[in-house]
Amino acid sequence: MTRQSNRLDQGGLIDRNRPIRFSFNGRALEGYAGDTLASAFLANDIHLIGRSFKYHRPRGILSAGAEEPNAWVQLEQGGFEEANVAATLAELYDGLNARSPNCWPNPSFDLGAINALLAPLLIAGFYYKTFMNPRRLWPSYERAIRQMAGVGKAPSVADAETYEEAHTKADVLVVGGGPSGLAAALVASRSGAKVVLAETGARFGGSLLSTHDSLDGAPATVWIANALAELQSNQSVRILKRTTIFGCYDHNYCVGLEKLSDHLPIGARTGKRQRLWQIRAGRVVVATGAHERPLVFANNDRPGVMLASAAQSYVNRYAVRPGRRAVVFTNNDSACRVALDLSRVGVEVAAVVDVREAAAGCRDELEAAGIAAITGSAIANVLGGKHVAAVDVEAIEPDGRKASGERRRIECDLVCMSGGWSPAVHLFSQSGGKLRYDADKACFVPGLDSQAVRVVGAANGAFHLGSCLAEGLEEGRAAAAAAGFDSSASALPRVEPARPETLILPVWSAAAPTAKQRKSSFVDFFGDVTLSGIGVAVREGYVSVEHLKRYTTTGMGLDQGKTGNLNALAILAEQTGSAIPEVGTTTYRPPYTPVTFGALAGGRTGALYKPLRRTAIDRWHEENGAVFEDFGLWRRPQHYAKAGLSMAEAVMGEARNVRDNVGIVDVSTLGKIHLHGPDVGELLNRVYTNRWDSLKVGRCRYGIMLKEDGMVFDDGVTARLGELDYHMTTTTGGAPGVFSWLHDLLQNDWPELRVHMASVTTQWAAVAVAGPNARSLMAKLSDDIDFAQEAFPFMSVRRGTVAGLAARVFSISFTGESSFEINVPARYGHALWTAIMAAGDDLGLAPFGVEAMDWLRIEKGHFIVGRDTDGTVTPPDLGLQSFVNESKGDFLGKRSLSLADLVRPDRPQLVGLRSDDETTVLPEGGQIIEALRPERPLPREGHVTSSCLSPAAGTPIALGLLNGGRGRIGERLEVYSEGKAYSVTVTDPHFFDPSGDRLRL
Amino acid sequence: MRYSAFSLARNALSGHQSWPRAWRDPVPKKSYDIVIVGGGGHGLATAYYLAKNHGLTNVAVVEKGWIGGGNTGRNTTVVRADYLTPEANALYGLALELWEGLSQELNFNQMFSQRGVLKLAHGRGELRQMVRRTNALHLDGLDCEMLDLNAIKALVPILDVSSRPRFPVIGGVIQRRAGVARHDAIAWGYARAADARGVDIIQNCEVVGFGVEQGRIKRLETSRGPIGAKKVGLVVAGQASHLAAMLGLRLPIESHPLQAWVSEPLKPMLHTMVASSELMFYMSQSDKGELVIGAEGDPYNSFVQRGSLAHVKDGLAAVLELFPTLSRVKMLRQWAGIIEHTPDHSPIISKLPVEGVFMNAGWGTGGFKATPGSGLVFADSIANDRMHPIAAPFGLQRFETARLVGEHLAAGGYAS
Repeated sequence: MTRQSNRLDQGGLIDRNRPIRFSFNGRALEGYAGDTLASAFLANDIHLIGRSFKYHRPRGILSAGAEEPNAWVQLEQGGFEEANVAATLAELYDGLNARSPNCWPNPSFDLGAINALLAPLLIAGFYYKTFMNPRRLWPSYERAIRQMAGVGKAPSVADAETYEEAHTKADVLVVGGGPSGLAAALVASRSGAKVVLAETGARFGGSLLSTHDSLDGAPATVWIANALAELQSNQSVRILKRTTIFGCYDHNYCVGLEKLSDHLPIGARTGKRQRLWQIRAGRVVVATGAHERPLVFANNDRPGVMLASAAQSYVNRYAVRPGRRAVVFTNNDSACRVALDLSRVGVEVAAVVDVREAAAGCRDELEAAGIAAITGSAIANVLGGKHVAAVDVEAIEPDGRKASGERRRIECDLVCMSGGWSPAVHLFSQSGGKLRYDADKACFVPGLDSQAVRVVGAANGAFHLGSCLAEGLEEGRAAAAAAGFDSSASALPRVEPARPETLILPVWSAAAPTAKQRKSSFVDFFGDVTLSGIGVAVREGYVSVEHLKRYTTTGMGLDQGKTGNLNALAILAEQTGSAIPEVGTTTYRPPYTPVTFGALAGGRTGALYKPLRRTAIDRWHEENGAVFEDFGLWRRPQHYAKAGLSMAEAVMGEARNVRDNVGIVDVSTLGKIHLHGPDVGELLNRVYTNRWDSLKVGRCRYGIMLKEDGMVFDDGVTARLGELDYHMTTTTGGAPGVFSWLHDLLQNDWPELRVHMASVTTQWAAVAVAGPNARSLMAKLSDDIDFAQEAFPFMSVRRGTVAGLAARVFSISFTGESSFEINVPARYGHALWTAIMAAGDDLGLAPFGVEAMDWLRIEKGHFIVGRDTDGTVTPPDLGLQSFVNESKGDFLGKRSLSLADLVRPDRPQLVGLRSDDETTVLPEGGQIIEALRPERPLPREGHVTSSCLSPAAGTPIALGLLNGGRGRIGERLEVYSEGKAYSVTVTDPHFFDPSGDRLRL
Repeated sequence: MRYSAFSLARNALSGHQSWPRAWRDPVPKKSYDIVIVGGGGHGLATAYYLAKNHGLTNVAVVEKGWIGGGNTGRNTTVVRADYLTPEANALYGLALELWEGLSQELNFNQMFSQRGVLKLAHGRGELRQMVRRTNALHLDGLDCEMLDLNAIKALVPILDVSSRPRFPVIGGVIQRRAGVARHDAIAWGYARAADARGVDIIQNCEVVGFGVEQGRIKRLETSRGPIGAKKVGLVVAGQASHLAAMLGLRLPIESHPLQAWVSEPLKPMLHTMVASSELMFYMSQSDKGELVIGAEGDPYNSFVQRGSLAHVKDGLAAVLELFPTLSRVKMLRQWAGIIEHTPDHSPIISKLPVEGVFMNAGWGTGGFKATPGSGLVFADSIANDRMHPIAAPFGLQRFETARLVGEHLAAGGYAS
């Protein structure tokens, strides 16, 4: 175990009584409760964390937060493994196991570093310019490029934890638990408004946790504790810690990721890992702070170079000394405090290098602390390989651009840089808000909003604590007021020490780097984008900010450019001689920080992914050997397995029993829609192709629905149950589509029609009995329905009791046999089925599945929507011209049916096909051709849509769509499928009982 | 300057100081023979082929923003030619053939990676459709192959082909010539090559009106002043309805947002593009290591290029059904583009009723993959004042006669 050699003896918000053991690249280490992985690394004097994406340069820790571009680790193994975790965000827990990704064998000696030698070749966009010749070698080149791709590795086993979703509403959603967020939440909550406060970290307080400011004369932590206590005691406030609001979508639909277990030892994790919060907020108060920007100079990516605010955070919050001898490099006042804080804990501050001539708001304090200020100067270069060893400081001209020649070398192991601050405007921008460039503060700040999203504090460009609190307070009040709540005046805490707003001299790339230095002056750390890379892009004309981003990959990495983007576009502006606002920004896209796939999927995995629908009779099917097949979300018996029989034999047995005796099939999955109202007839007239207003009570009719283009969309039987009530059936797969389509029509197109609708698919269990014995079977089951042919003819509906159950019975048929469909309330489905089974013993009753039904209907030449049609087939194409009533008035698709191409005689038409060898079942999806010849393209004549063995004849039959098919009966053609050709003869599609005599048995 | 390993090395020695602009930044001339409106892949390709195949170089491409910023820069880079109708296969097949030589043709690496597009079947209905499509493609002269579970597992080891998922994979189909490419490269490559032949590429130049005299186009009104034009090609995916409206036309087009998203960069583990239309997602892994994922389009009409979250959630639930080991992987970025649906899910490549004006629009989800083919046939049509034979079936008049090019099955459902 290594001693925590860089741990301070006192101070910080860590718990020295709770040591935490962890490992990094196999090395056993120790930190304290309250540490992040990054602070624990620094405490253990570990500065080299990994290697960069492209050049494999040594990289350390740049930041102390979500903006981290360098310090990525691979955490844990097996079902708990996670790639690409920012060490600055990972809370330390007992047993944490971290490894460096993207380097081999280790970060200190990495073979990939050969890329650094090739760096002169691997400039921005190099891959567009090479690897082209010879063409056949590109796959090899690409394999090599792919070897270098990625950072971490995806886990190789399934997730050991699960996820869940939560939904809530809020009058005011406050994003960020720093000073301005806390102030806003406090004030809004005092009004009684419903407030949700979300904070990414485990602790509230934000920047206050890393500074020594005091509020109302006490340490800021006291104010934070009081604020939290008050919020916690308020019933209308929900406090979400470890929750990052990562997206702000339309209508203030804000989504956050709450981490429930990622901070716990593996052994203490209980299952739920993360929760996806979906919050509808009346008003969003964004208090997400700001990200400090790096300065751009040679080798500014060396481990040991970090953001000044990060160094301050490590010292004050984590009680870690990030180095022993520091140089602070700044272009604004904020880093001055950092120098003082470092000095206070015993870090020797060799110098504060300031690009400004008249610098440093706290110059006197620096002097008092004995810290040298080197003004009008810049760091030109960093020396040292895997850790900072020294810096070269050069004097620069007042415009910050030119070196004046003086140079001195300062030894140090820590460089703290501050290039100013960029407000975290991500959520505001995502919500459609426009940004405005504030030249005084040298950053983009929120401008015109587009949703009720307001920004406060540093995220709004208010970098001084006093103004942060004031903005939070005011917006908390305004947000509550917007929701109709009155927030009594709350007082501002007194801030000490009071400081003026930060002054900044925006120097983007300091000094005048040599060509060599430009190649190691990093702008986007993650993507290894350098000054030189931007130079190449600008020279080549990739000067739109989006082109620059895409050409150089600036801002496209794991950190999404939180530290690098503004520097990149400012440098672009500088190099093209345009103003920063003209250059603009790239679009901020969700998520703010990466979000786990599992969390986005929520709980909808495994059995909860599109849950399986079972009919009320499913249990019987299962107990009786059913082999199931999925149809939409339903499962249906495909056939009932019989010992010693193949599937085809079993199906043939089921089908023949329907032709010979009587079969029973579960048709509960067919879509059912109850229609009610005086205008149902008119509605049906408009959506079906045939006439409906003439349908009498007690009768059924078959109808075909078309879309506006005249193409068959769905079909089914609708029965008129009473004067105002109709029962519509749809296909199983089409049920949801038909229902929502009818709603669409009724609500938007025909609001004048007095029709009410309800989907009753799952309310009714439906069973069909079919076969020559069906009528006698039904007669046995009912006392109050007359099943005599003349009393209950084909295409009628009766209400009564069947097997003692209240039922609706429809005399309709899909198999070509005399057939009845019985509907009972779903909970009686199983009872109905078993009662019919018991009654049918002596009539040869046997169940049949979907496959047998399919064979029976193919033999009858009945089409199935989606099987024999594909959205390009009209009723006349199917030979169903008789179902199109041209005289009844308008209906959907009518106009299209008369268009030139839809009346062409050579359109694909439904035909029957017979295998000429009388044994081969034709492949469904086979293409019909005249004869297989080598020419390509070879004209296609049609295709096989359905194919089976004929239950009646036992020989292969098929349905197909064939160009001009009805005129080609008897023609011999070929069917092509996967390299083979089959001889076929075109036939009428009605293979069995074409006159339909059996329906009237 | 010709791009090559040699020129790269030579420039490396001189500190990359002498790379020329990839394309000029010209001031618009008073007038051109042909103005292409829209600097996306299709528009730039059109300009390139006008110059190269027809010797027409008094040509400008005017672009409202920056070139390649619309759907060219927002799609998921899938290139395939596996449609159903002979008409579509001729068009996309031509494009695929051009893609195969495009890096060399343009001297700009398109990173066209023919790693295959694998579509999964979860039910017999889907298998039937796949067989139908495979056979159609064979007869149209394009490659396509049905795969069994073993072959699928070998190709995509991280795919769960067991019976565990809610909708188990039962088979699939692959087009091996299909793959993915680098989307920005096609805009930049065509721009550079067209520019080298004298085409003016004018960015930040928005068309605000058309000057039409006696039924014939005379000029464009733009944010940079009027530009005379003898012929105009409108190639503005996502905005076609707006530009047509300026000419007083209503197009049979609905515009919908379509989302895509990428994961964090991961070491490569998925080398084939995988799609499931039953589960409504598709996924590939880029040469940077990001998983690139797309799903169902948003159902509402909109011109806002902004993502919502619902489809991302649905899409990822589907992804995890079949790729359970990706559960702890993270989404890095999501975005949206605007796709234009026509009634038959095929594009419109057509003359418009205003003489001299041609339109190329309505590509739905097929635009990126068609880019070179679309540019070639559109340029040919404009240059010769008649539709190229491959483009001819895609004319606007087909919506009057209903001679549609039905591609619901190939294009609908999911959106690669």
